[in-house]
Amino acid sequence: MDSSQIPIVSSYIVMAGALGFLLNSAAITVYAERRVAAFIQNRVGPNRVGPLGLFQPLADVVKLIFKEDVTPAQGNPTLHATAPLIPVITALMTVAVIPFGEGIFVTNINVGVLYILAVASLGVYGVTMAGWASNSKYSLLGGLRAAAQMLSYELPMGMALASVVLFAQSLSMVTMVESQAHFWFIFVNPIGAIIFIVCTFAEANRTPFDLVEAEQELVGGFHTEYSSMKFGMFFLAEYMHVVIGSMLITVFFLGGWHLPFAGYYEHILPEAGTWAKAILDISVFLGKTIFLVFVFIWVRWTIPRFKYNQLMSLGWARLLPLSILNFAVIAFILMVIHTYF
Amino acid sequence: MLEQYLPILVLIGIAAGLAVVLMILSRIMGPHRPNAHKLQPYESGMDPISDARDRYSVSFYMVAMEFIVFDLEIVFIYPWAVRYQELGFGTFWAVMVFLTILTLGLVYTLKKESKSFEISKS
Repeated sequence: MDSSQIPIVSSYIVMAGALGFLLNSAAITVYAERRVAAFIQNRVGPNRVGPLGLFQPLADVVKLIFKEDVTPAQGNPTLHATAPLIPVITALMTVAVIPFGEGIFVTNINVGVLYILAVASLGVYGVTMAGWASNSKYSLLGGLRAAAQMLSYELPMGMALASVVLFAQSLSMVTMVESQAHFWFIFVNPIGAIIFIVCTFAEANRTPFDLVEAEQELVGGFHTEYSSMKFGMFFLAEYMHVVIGSMLITVFFLGGWHLPFAGYYEHILPEAGTWAKAILDISVFLGKTIFLVFVFIWVRWTIPRFKYNQLMSLGWARLLPLSILNFAVIAFILMVIHTYF
Repeated sequence: MLEQYLPILVLIGIAAGLAVVLMILSRIMGPHRPNAHKLQPYESGMDPISDARDRYSVSFYMVAMEFIVFDLEIVFIYPWAVRYQELGFGTFWAVMVFLTILTLGLVYTLKKESKSFEISKS
């Protein structure tokens, strides 16, 4: 067992930290999105509540809690109440296998990648159930679109991850990051990285893939009939998925806690103590994550939304064949290198 | 081995608890004044016409079938991707044949069903 496979802090401490970070980061991401959007559109954005408007998300949550919780009369009350729980729970569950630094993870199961794929695909149930339970036409259309879109983009995502597994030869997330000490996978597998990033946008229902909640056609999409904290939970889950998506891109393609090409110069650097190393690792990891969250926001306010048929043909006719080809070519090259060199 | 999964169970518990508490909080704190108009499904201000749970386009059904085929393909690919270097070139070509057959299937479906990715007007 490698040194970094052994946890240096108890998994429950990491869990508490990760949960706290994720919940707070969702609130801060909401604020950041509004500020960055304002900046891009040459507006001011929220700046009244607290210094620089930083307490705005807090005020929003309080407002949401004190709003009336409406369940449509013709809908299905049980499903209507269960649906918002699912995206929140799946978003929080993902954090269990993400390594934040050397020896800093909640748990290191040997099928971490499969766990991620399994949990990520559960989130769609919440959206589809919300659409069905509301018994409203806008909601139903939004839910159906969500189901079709998420199914379509899960396949190229799975194939892009398979091409990463070829390099790491392991399904453990910790081994995945360790094998990027010399080269981040984005350098050796750029096509896979692009496909994965595009699919992460689609899975998080972010522009240009936010047909699920396209205001101009579907009012609020699947959450048209949701109010109060039930709506707040969909909102929270969306931003947690943005943060989680950024963390996954960091782990799979941007070398997790490693600095670029760290494997070449790590041994000549002075030896850092365990805690100094842990703080450095987490800072590097979070730095990359925050940058990617910014990219998510940046893209949302720059690129217009797809039409539905463009979305489907991008997923099925472009990304899926491309990801299969990418997988086959990488497998062939690695096979030749392994056998003849 | 299995004790590695214990933190995941704990995490699911915490996540579910957190989500339920948030929802109950708004149920308790918020007002509750339902009336017939408020509980109607929203349809841009008009009175709703018929039930929403009507028939819908079959293209969604095609997407679901395609998904199952390719999701199974990915399930077969992963174990091979972990151990491919030990299994050698024989297995490599077998997997490539498998991938080719499925890709041909995809090309066939795309050619045949290219229209079904667009929502029909009927």
